[in-house]
Amino acid sequence: MAAEPLPLEKERPKPIEAVPVRHPGRWLAVAVLAVLAAMFVNTVITNDNFRWPIVAQYLFSPPILNGLQNTLILTVLSMLIGIVGGVALAVMRLSPNPVLSGVSAVYIWLFRGTPLIAQLLFWNFLAALYPRLSLGIPFGPEFVSFDTNQLINQFAACLLGLGLNEAAYMAEIVRGGLQSVDQGQSEAAGALGMSRAQTLRRIVLPQAMRVIIPPTGNETISMLKTTSLVVVIGYFELLTSAQRIYSVNFQTIPLLIVVAIWYLALTSLLSVGQYYVERYYGRGTNRGQTGARLFPRRDQQQAAGAHG
Amino acid sequence: MSVPMVEATEVHKSFGRVEVLRGIDFVVQPGEVACIIGPSGSGKSTFLRCINHLERIDAGQMRVNGELIGYREAGGRLYELRESEVARQRRDIGMVFQRFNLFPHMTAAENVMEAPRTVRREQRQSARKRAVQLLERVGLAEKCDSYPGQLSGGQQQRVAIARALAMEPRLMLFDEPTSALDPELVGEVLDVMRGLARDGMTMVVVTHEMGFAREVGDSLVFMDEGRVVEAGNPREVLTDPKHERTRSFLSKVL
Repeated sequence: MAAEPLPLEKERPKPIEAVPVRHPGRWLAVAVLAVLAAMFVNTVITNDNFRWPIVAQYLFSPPILNGLQNTLILTVLSMLIGIVGGVALAVMRLSPNPVLSGVSAVYIWLFRGTPLIAQLLFWNFLAALYPRLSLGIPFGPEFVSFDTNQLINQFAACLLGLGLNEAAYMAEIVRGGLQSVDQGQSEAAGALGMSRAQTLRRIVLPQAMRVIIPPTGNETISMLKTTSLVVVIGYFELLTSAQRIYSVNFQTIPLLIVVAIWYLALTSLLSVGQYYVERYYGRGTNRGQTGARLFPRRDQQQAAGAHG
Repeated sequence: MSVPMVEATEVHKSFGRVEVLRGIDFVVQPGEVACIIGPSGSGKSTFLRCINHLERIDAGQMRVNGELIGYREAGGRLYELRESEVARQRRDIGMVFQRFNLFPHMTAAENVMEAPRTVRREQRQSARKRAVQLLERVGLAEKCDSYPGQLSGGQQQRVAIARALAMEPRLMLFDEPTSALDPELVGEVLDVMRGLARDGMTMVVVTHEMGFAREVGDSLVFMDEGRVVEAGNPREVLTDPKHERTRSFLSKVL
């Protein structure tokens, strides 16, 4: 059968030139916002009570930078403990082994159910409960023994308090992520002869990351500021450093501005980092960042149209 | 006669109080293609999943290549197998799912390489080489580095077949492999399966493709309400069904 040639393309109609929908509301909103922004900038510049010279003077001063350094170290290490612990707890929680699952449940219940400040104080004053910690056979001989106060100094107490508490919250975030991955993925991996551990590490966890990362970003940003609680056990970080300064010189507002500037800068940095991590774990999915499906950009809408 | 590749005896399976399989007897010889048809809810997919222990059976026996699946027999007692032992049994049984279940964060080639790399600890290069060969075999040589999301349904299912073949299984299970596909894409997947059958692969295929069952199948089983209603030569069962239930089902689908 001779294939009938497809009808030659007729002259293409001209592209549509329609008047786009007008958005007068947007213009009005922009105008209002512009006025408000101008007023804000104006007051920030002209109101001397902000004391910008003092802000500038303290922004990079050694005590502030010292505090900033502690904030960073505490945040990074606590989140590290929190994430590693959280993954372990989540995996235990979902394990078919009732012992592991039970231990994890109790841990989460305990650490989420008691105030963080109480936990920090507890770790700091552990020596009052147990002056010495030792390794050995239960009810039997001891091999090594430590003075609790030397083993758990202030810094270690901060990390234990913040990290172990964070692990409980991260556990629930990771569990949610793991459970969001389609059951068929584990079945496919299992049918290929992969073990549960291999399936988790290679198949389920990488896919769960897409769901885990946004709330983890939240937790990290929140941790940045939660570290200021270590003041209850006499440790110091950014906010504490500022408070010490303004309790002496009474420049409260300028120093709080200094602190706010640093927190904002760190948060912005983290958001940029999160964008790249999300992009990495979003590979293979067209969605990319969360919400792109709900609020597609124009070019994505067109790409989707071409598909279907 | 040789050991059957699959030998199910009186297999029972319940989900809670619902009895899904009520005593299935089923035998597939090496090199055979066995097709299972039946209305939805008849238990055919569940039965297929029992063959590689994705579902655990409640009563009866399931043997693959003579080996008891999911259990070990010693001294007249059954011992449940450890997870690692079940995993070892599954290596020899490939499975293709209705919804493909490709790993979306890996390219086509990485999907195929995954099991050889993690389970058999194969070197990256040799695994990649074999993955490319397998993808060529299913006609997707140029799609090695595409992600599943960039492939059509038919292409995804062919990658899934290549992935299952990568472990060099002795038996392939197909769970309605074309049911999630657009009609125009069904042919390409069936072609690949036809090729496999021609190469002598033992296959158990749960399907709604009566044409495929008639043409490629060596045996056909019609299941309904957890029982095998009728079994035999596909051409005979499809053209001259003995049971009223089979007749009424076929009259609806043919």
